[in-house]
Amino acid sequence: MLAPHLPMLQVVVPLLMAPFVVLLRPRGLAWAAATMASLMAFAIAIVLALSVVGDATLTYRVGGWMAPYGIELRVDAFGALLLLVITGASSMALLGGQRSLERALPPTREPYYFSAWLLALTGFVGIAVSADAFNIFVFMEVSSLASYVLIAGGPDRRALSAVFKYLIMGTVGATFYLVGIGLVYMMTGTLNLADMAGRIEAVADTRPMIVAAGFITVGLALKAAIFPLHIWLPNAYAYAPHVTTAFLAACATKVALYVLLRFDFLILQQHLSGHAFQFAGYLMPLAVLGILVGSGVAMFERDLKRLLAFSSVAQIGYMLLGASLVSVSGLHAAILHMFNHALAKGGLFLAVAAFAAVTSGWRLEQIGGIARTMPWTFAAFVVCGLSLIGVPGTAGFLSKWYLVTAALEHGALGIALVCVILLSSLMAVAYVWRMVESACFAPDFDAETDADSTPNRDFAAFSHLLPTILWIVALANLYFGLANALPLELAKSAARTLLGGLP
Amino acid sequence: MSAEAAVLASLALPLLGAFLIALAGRISANIREAATMLTATGLALIVWSLVPLVMAGERPQVSVAEVLPGIELAFAVEPLGMLFAALASMLWIVNSLYSIGYMRGNDEANQTRFYVLFAVSLGTTIGVAFAANLFTLFLFYEALTLSTYPLVAHKGDQRSVASARVYLVVLLSTSIVLFLPAIIWTYMAAGSGEFTLGGVLAGKLEGAGVGLLLLLFVFGIGKAAVMPVHLWLPAAMVAPTPVSALLHAVAVVKAGVFAITKVVIYIFGVQHLLDAFVADLLVAAAAFTIIAASIVALRQENLKRLLAYSTVAQLSYVVMAIALLTPLAGIGAAAHIVAHAFGKITLFFAAGAIYTAARKTELHELRGIGRRMPVTMSAFTIGALSMIGIPPTGGFISKWYILAGAYQADNMLALLTIIASTLLNAAYLLPIIYMAWFAHDETFEARAHGEAPWPAVLALTLTAALTLGFFVFHSAVLALARQLLPGF
Repeated sequence: MLAPHLPMLQVVVPLLMAPFVVLLRPRGLAWAAATMASLMAFAIAIVLALSVVGDATLTYRVGGWMAPYGIELRVDAFGALLLLVITGASSMALLGGQRSLERALPPTREPYYFSAWLLALTGFVGIAVSADAFNIFVFMEVSSLASYVLIAGGPDRRALSAVFKYLIMGTVGATFYLVGIGLVYMMTGTLNLADMAGRIEAVADTRPMIVAAGFITVGLALKAAIFPLHIWLPNAYAYAPHVTTAFLAACATKVALYVLLRFDFLILQQHLSGHAFQFAGYLMPLAVLGILVGSGVAMFERDLKRLLAFSSVAQIGYMLLGASLVSVSGLHAAILHMFNHALAKGGLFLAVAAFAAVTSGWRLEQIGGIARTMPWTFAAFVVCGLSLIGVPGTAGFLSKWYLVTAALEHGALGIALVCVILLSSLMAVAYVWRMVESACFAPDFDAETDADSTPNRDFAAFSHLLPTILWIVALANLYFGLANALPLELAKSAARTLLGGLP
Repeated sequence: MSAEAAVLASLALPLLGAFLIALAGRISANIREAATMLTATGLALIVWSLVPLVMAGERPQVSVAEVLPGIELAFAVEPLGMLFAALASMLWIVNSLYSIGYMRGNDEANQTRFYVLFAVSLGTTIGVAFAANLFTLFLFYEALTLSTYPLVAHKGDQRSVASARVYLVVLLSTSIVLFLPAIIWTYMAAGSGEFTLGGVLAGKLEGAGVGLLLLLFVFGIGKAAVMPVHLWLPAAMVAPTPVSALLHAVAVVKAGVFAITKVVIYIFGVQHLLDAFVADLLVAAAAFTIIAASIVALRQENLKRLLAYSTVAQLSYVVMAIALLTPLAGIGAAAHIVAHAFGKITLFFAAGAIYTAARKTELHELRGIGRRMPVTMSAFTIGALSMIGIPPTGGFISKWYILAGAYQADNMLALLTIIASTLLNAAYLLPIIYMAWFAHDETFEARAHGEAPWPAVLALTLTAALTLGFFVFHSAVLALARQLLPGF
């Protein structure tokens, strides 16, 4: 009975829970309610994903109004894969992050934080299911405003300046997007994506459309932290509460990239002459630069969270590189990497949350010897790190494999791109291994600074739920490295849809 | 137990054993060591139970999962893999015995971690041996690098961490930058990476591409230590001696030459390489490595580093033998994998025993040590003779076949290299033996010492016996190797 309403419920569950959570004052209740809502959303996402396997698309007309007059929700393979990533990341971060957040937030602020979390979740899933350009904008604003709160909500005051930068740049990006949609609306008279794709033919290659394409692409590139528009990202990730970072790093930029790909491929690619060339010509060099610069900076960064944030810039470059090949196999690799990278990076940031719970900080030297203190957490960290590098047997290897094979379809250019990918894999080895070496072999930082207090690493703030969740994520990295039928199928179907126009 | 179940069990048992060892480590050291011995013995029994089947021509196959479309995580036992797995699992028992003496004798820290990772490394070695396709081979190849890394860095001091970094960086970067592209290229060109007798590339890839792909494989498989990607092997010598002995003289390095052999026979196909006239590149690279590594070994002062360079040279014997592409050289390659394993593990055991008993690591300290440690130095002498290839040791057998293969191929370069390297081997090994037995003992009475703890001495006696025994009892190995001949 509920099944046809699932696309709507996906948005409604966290949305309705958000104001309710504000009322839950006693400690822990807000967390429990938010976690429940998130898990429910995760369950819905799993059902949706299973029901769209095999090129199916679910559409939902809000209030029974026909598109393009009414609001339409649409879940295809790409959206379903993204829903899995968003709700999965949110659920794992909330489940594992209770203690870490308890430490980071004053009790009075807790309900607001979890309410903002649910709003961010609403925004992200809303973007994934919307079939309407303006609703996407609304949900984007919802998610952005909520993320600002999530980032600034922690104890670190540096987060305020970081979030201010993010706010300015995020607003610029959203405005660009809005300007773009406005122009498209002016020319086509519709906001429904499917409808738009149909009507654009008549006005293709008019100047407003070309300008609109530029505005939309740049605006979303800003949101997706595509090099060189990534500068808001490292600090925002570094100074946010750890659990926020784990959630946002796994899905925030991917959602923007999702909209970018949908817009560029479903609507513009088919109807704008020379779009493929423009898209690839501008974005491929940016992707390559992002990969090299992001990995390069990560190699020398000493702050663990900034290191991982710069690695994210590089990984976004991988996704963009796959997309900029403008081929089914390239898009397939890009979309698969969205899923796989979320698994790896989410796990790594959660592990940082676990480390930071017992150490005095999360710089490389401060996690010295953490492998001896927390061997299980560290082992999960290593597994996720290996997945980030792309060692065979982990999820990260498969996306790299597909990316390389997709690039090789492009002759000499492809070989050059493969060199870039392999070089950056080596750089990933370097930055992951700096963390591993420090955790294994560096002296115990906290033991040296205050010599008197012997049990200087404090396990009070550490719950056993976090290592359990971490291991679930780590095992998922291994599982999807060997038996990856579901994400593979979804990514393949998504890539076909994107390049084949609307089904 | 069916053959398929045995294959899976041989992969799972070491991991299960690792888990048990970790648990037992919390109770007592004796139970932990018992768990190691039990796992090693169990593994050897399972692996050896497959030998008669493979000798009879059976090829047990198991497919676990389809990872990429058309690319499976799958295992298949063929003669060469059987030989490698049987060798590694048998020597693990002896090595565990030795480890007990060595690790306790030297009061090493973190012994539980050591035994756990050793079991994991052995498990991944078996995975390499039984891999049915390039993807599976690559997966376990990388896992072997990663699981041996903490063993190299075991001491945890600055020097061993730095050396372990070299180890990891060289092995991982060669495999990512060269081996992986070679694998992807193979899959794209041939549509398959299954190890198939006669190769999968014939007719799919011709001309200069064949040579380039071959070089990608040879230098990408850094574990085979063909110069200049040999640098990780001397660096790995900071590890405790049991690691150097089993992993860096047998399991890891043999995984390298084994992988190259598999690629030559089952991916390229011998006939295809003969037609493409590219194997000479490989012979040249191997010949250079043999000579250069032997010359470097001449100049080493540290016993373990000398043995490491000797390993670099000996590995290239196998590479060169397989590159000769003649049946006799192929048999020689297989025999040399075994003969070198017996000899080199004996030498490392002896080096470790000397360190345990006398804290001596440098060559000049070994004067007259034969009189204090007669058993150890007798074993060392046997191992050294095997390295040079003097009868009655196992090294003679394999060298004989490789030489015969070189004649068969009419390859002067290979012949001259073998002769020159034999002289060089003698030049760096015989002085040690002379010094140990005949030089004046300068050790002060106060620092007098005897043999190492008995488990270590027993272990090195066993491997020395194997080295001698292989001279006579090698028919089973040759019979297994002959099963490869349809590939030639």
